Amino acid sequence: MEILKKLVSIYGPSGREDMVAEFIIDNIKDYVDEIQKDVLGNVIAIKKGKGKNKIMLASHMDQIGFMVNFIDENGFLRFSNVGGINPYSLLFKRVVFKNGVEGIIAKEQKADIKELSMKDLFIDIGVGNKEEASKKVQVGDFAVLKSDFKDLGDVLVGPAFDDRLGCYILIELVKNIKDTDNDVYFVFTTQEEVGLRGAKVAAYKIQPDLAIVVDVTSTGDTPNCNKMVVKLGEGAAIKIMDRGFIVHPKVKDLLVSIAEEYNIKYQFEILDLGTTDAAEIHVSKAGVPTGVVSIPTRYIHSDSEMVSKKDIEAAINLLIKVLEKAFNL
Amino acid sequence: MLKKLTDAFGVSGCEKEIRNLIKEEVKNFGDVYIDKLGNLIVHKKGKGKRVMLAAHMDEVGFIVTSIKDDGKIKFAPVGGIDSRILVSKRVVFGRTKIKGVIGYKPIHLQSEVEKNKAVDIKELFIDIGATSKEEALKYVKIGDYATFESEYVDMGRYIKAKALDDRVGCAILIDVLKENYNLDLYCVFTVQEEVGLRGATVAAYSIEPEIGLVIEGTTCADFVKDEKDFITQTGKGPAISVMDSSSIVNERLFKRIIKVAEYYKIPYQLRRGTVGGNDAGAIHKSKVGCITASISVPTRYIHSPISMINKDDYENTLKLVKRVLESLEKEEL
Amino acid sequence: MEGKEILKDLSNFSAVSGSEFQLHEKLENIFKDLVDEIKKGILGDFIAVKKGEGENRLKVLLTAHADEIGLMVTDIDDRGFVHFTNVGGVDPKTLPAQEVIIHGKEKVFGVIGAKPPHVLTDKDRKKSIKIDEMVIDCGMTRDELEKLISVGDFITVKRHSIGLLGDFITGKALDNRSGIMVLYECAKELKNIKHSCDVYFAATSLEERGLLGIKTTAYEVSPDIGIVVDVTFADKYADSDIQIECGKGVEITIGPNIHPELSEKLIKIADEYAIPYTIDVSPASTGTETWNLQICQEGIPTLLVSIPIRYMHTSTEVVNYKDIIRAARLLVLFISSLKDWGDIYA
Repeated sequence: MEILKKLVSIYGPSGREDMVAEFIIDNIKDYVDEIQKDVLGNVIAIKKGKGKNKIMLASHMDQIGFMVNFIDENGFLRFSNVGGINPYSLLFKRVVFKNGVEGIIAKEQKADIKELSMKDLFIDIGVGNKEEASKKVQVGDFAVLKSDFKDLGDVLVGPAFDDRLGCYILIELVKNIKDTDNDVYFVFTTQEEVGLRGAKVAAYKIQPDLAIVVDVTSTGDTPNCNKMVVKLGEGAAIKIMDRGFIVHPKVKDLLVSIAEEYNIKYQFEILDLGTTDAAEIHVSKAGVPTGVVSIPTRYIHSDSEMVSKKDIEAAINLLIKVLEKAFNL
Repeated sequence: MLKKLTDAFGVSGCEKEIRNLIKEEVKNFGDVYIDKLGNLIVHKKGKGKRVMLAAHMDEVGFIVTSIKDDGKIKFAPVGGIDSRILVSKRVVFGRTKIKGVIGYKPIHLQSEVEKNKAVDIKELFIDIGATSKEEALKYVKIGDYATFESEYVDMGRYIKAKALDDRVGCAILIDVLKENYNLDLYCVFTVQEEVGLRGATVAAYSIEPEIGLVIEGTTCADFVKDEKDFITQTGKGPAISVMDSSSIVNERLFKRIIKVAEYYKIPYQLRRGTVGGNDAGAIHKSKVGCITASISVPTRYIHSPISMINKDDYENTLKLVKRVLESLEKEEL
Repeated sequence: MEGKEILKDLSNFSAVSGSEFQLHEKLENIFKDLVDEIKKGILGDFIAVKKGEGENRLKVLLTAHADEIGLMVTDIDDRGFVHFTNVGGVDPKTLPAQEVIIHGKEKVFGVIGAKPPHVLTDKDRKKSIKIDEMVIDCGMTRDELEKLISVGDFITVKRHSIGLLGDFITGKALDNRSGIMVLYECAKELKNIKHSCDVYFAATSLEERGLLGIKTTAYEVSPDIGIVVDVTFADKYADSDIQIECGKGVEITIGPNIHPELSEKLIKIADEYAIPYTIDVSPASTGTETWNLQICQEGIPTLLVSIPIRYMHTSTEVVNYKDIIRAARLLVLFISSLKDWGDIYA
């Protein structure tokens, strides 16, 4: 869990993922045959096996963030969101810039709380005027939410589990896969939160026989929430459908049969709002049979996302088995 | 040049006239060809990095959807136009050059409710003076395109014309083509940017550039009350994008552009806001990806007949683009 | 007419977006005697190829999407009621008091309940019921149901296609089984004509979920020309701007999404052979596969021909078979008139 703890605290908003990439490369370089970094910053790590199939696994390195648009006379920063963010989840949260400067997101006092939008918010870095602010940050700088990783026993709480958790799982797989029948491409993608951009170019280059995305999904187990069967702790979620993607029936069968064979806890997932890199990967070139293994996560895109250790373990166990055996779709 | 370019007709999906005009201007500067979607591509062969410069030829405008029995011409906007600016304007049809007006119910005849309501594009129509459908059909047919009528005016420090977005980009590309670079340079005059970055998508696919530079006319709201809403300002030089709705600029290329601007003391500004998208959105994620950035001339009243640019901004943008290309020749990113 | 029977059969069959491969057997039976080769794509698309004559043949891709909108099981609650969500643009208004089939290990029959009128308040009656307020009642317990169906199974409205008066036909999924029938009628006629293009008849996937499948089909075929056949609104009663009517002809679209010279050529042929049509102007996206097809790879000259349909995306869609014949005829004439590249830039 140390790696996960470090991962979620590394600065890496969409478009500026290099520090995350560096950390990941450092942690996997001794376990893979080749590492490439492509034009959009995707990290592609290749572990050669017997070459029976080419499998692509993908998790995104980027997290949601904020880009500074304007510094006003009093040193307050106006910003745009990077990725989809609910303005209500930002009120009075801490943020941090790449150079370590910290601040708080606050709302204009007179702004109507019932109809809050990004335009009503600003970042306060505690300076008195534009000049002082400009010494610390510039227009065009990106910030991310800052909070702590906590182990609460059965569950973990922290920022950016979406999708550092997926990256962590991929790292664990890299380290624990023994001889496989397949050539596996572990892809740590960029710019997912702003439009699945990294995944598009990675899939184009790799042209896999099978792709599995590891990302987070919502749950339907909190008070007065939208209906959803996914529950924290009930196992790895095998995605059936979301806004931009429907699982390939043969991939679904493959995942389910492996989960059943090895007695791995799983649940089905249908997500109403949101999608993943799979939406871009599955329509690459002539099409890619694609599936998604999701980690149920409460409070996605807040600074305190919550996941169950059991679900993480189940996902890792499921994926190890998928990677090792040859298959015929 | 800019006058010729902005006067020419070229609504998204009907760029023939502007394309032919530009083709005349660039025919001697390299291999010139037109692709399947209508993009005009000039390839200046060279050793070195494969660089694609892009500016879109198309402008926002109108397309005829039906002609009523009494000769009224119903239309739909092509590209993003605020329907409130359509009232009381003159338009010109591309194919027949015939002129028409978009009128409106006189204020004297409007109810109190109507006076305060926003204009609904469905109530508007173009009047060319036809008294019947038959007469109208002699000059206009369904599917014909039209633009705002707007003359090029030199205002001293500023220029006012229609379609500065993105004929300024086209003008800059034409100028760039006059010189030689140690690069494998593709200058692409794209089509259908305003309806979804369409031309750039297929151009990037076939060219496979390593570096992409989009030259645009971009939103400039420096006349509104709050400075935080300006996005860009006229008179402050070319606007360099960090991020917009269609792409996040590659950090290395971004830093290089800034370095070049500072070295040559070219005034510049950052595009302060993430609204809007441009051809870079299509180019940067084409095939295996492309290192892409955007440099824009701040354009007031964009997507209207009275768009304006500052002449110095234009000159400085041109200068910056050329210097950036020189820098890309000499130094690896 | 044999075609009408095939259409009704296809309409009755269920292939919701994501499960288009289920239609393959039927499509193979329909097309196998009319074409030279049959291929199946990774995402469930179906391609039947009829080769033309001569050298340097143009490749024409003729597509109609195979998928239909539908529903999907999201949960089975402890009272045995099945909860669901939509796949594609389903109007919740079409669902209360409907009969459905859940396609699980077995086909299970159920109804989407509605509160009895006696208990409804005036306020209730004025509101539209949302999908997450509805459930399917199969008359079984949860344990019984779990043996037969599971989360993720597709659901379609139980609707038997019939003919109405004249050549009108009603059923579910006429969007876009009508399009597939145009492909069939076209293939039938082409069998007896010499033509110099290779024609790829494609029943594509995932159209209802964002015009997705066409991207992979286009990549696979890499056509010189792409022609999409879909349906278009003929609901004049709802919108007086709508020009077209069922039984009165086909719709040809023009605008930035369509190749200008090819569409002119298509219109000329329609005029020459007296095929009734109306023109639809689309200022940006046509909302059909044509939008994604046009910018595939290096760009593809595209055309869109549509069959007028009433009550689109309900299970009581209505088309007139005459229009399907007309569309097929128009396309046969167009395709057989194409000779080489010169034709595309006439």
